[in-house]
Amino acid sequence: MLKIDYADYEAMRAHGEETYPHECCGVLLGKSEGGLGNQVKALVRAGNTRTDSAHNRYNIAPVELIRIQRQARAQGLDIVGFYHSHPDHPAQWSVTDFAEAHWLGCSYVITAIEKGKAKITNSFLLSGTEEDNKTFQDESIEIHMADRQESLQESKA
Amino acid sequence: MKIHIPTPLRSFTGGKETVSVSGSTVNGALAQLTTEYPELKPNLFTADGKLRSFVNLYLNEDDIRYLPAKEDSPTQESDELTIIPSIAGGCCR
Repeated sequence: MLKIDYADYEAMRAHGEETYPHECCGVLLGKSEGGLGNQVKALVRAGNTRTDSAHNRYNIAPVELIRIQRQARAQGLDIVGFYHSHPDHPAQWSVTDFAEAHWLGCSYVITAIEKGKAKITNSFLLSGTEEDNKTFQDESIEIHMADRQESLQESKA
Repeated sequence: MKIHIPTPLRSFTGGKETVSVSGSTVNGALAQLTTEYPELKPNLFTADGKLRSFVNLYLNEDDIRYLPAKEDSPTQESDELTIIPSIAGGCCR
């Protein structure tokens, strides 16, 4: 299971709308809950270096990943996943997504963007013990509404 | 020198984010790392001993692929080696 705050969930989807018709990408920082899933504590937008084919490919520069990893370490967090969008395609992992997925134990979140609007968002956990036996497993997303509820309570007060 | 281990490989280093080794080259450091933590080896190298194509290695701020000596680049005690698997993909096949 992937646990994420509502604000981060919406920010991830908004990123896909902003970059449409190109794919967006970013990194999920948080904590792995030892077999119970990944909990997202922060979201970091990344640049898509695949400017040659940005409508159907994404790549995060390794040097940017290192910077994000350092940022995570400074915050006491880990990289627990990644997100990207599929412009006018389903929120389902592709052959390319699978071939290029190497972060075992991490969540790969995909949002379908249809004509510029975010639709379905799905998460897939990259399972396995090494590259040769990796698999993508469907993963439920638990969206925490705490912040929103608090703001609603505040407005009622 | 320190080697920074990415999240997916920490299950093979007992959860350690950083491992200290004393190799005098990048290859030497990796050899010591995989001797100490043998389960890392198939995740970093192919069966014929080549670094897997999706594994990026940065010696301090430099991608070792662009260093003159590549994996044989000399290292010092104060250096930091970062292992960072690539992130890519995309829709449509």
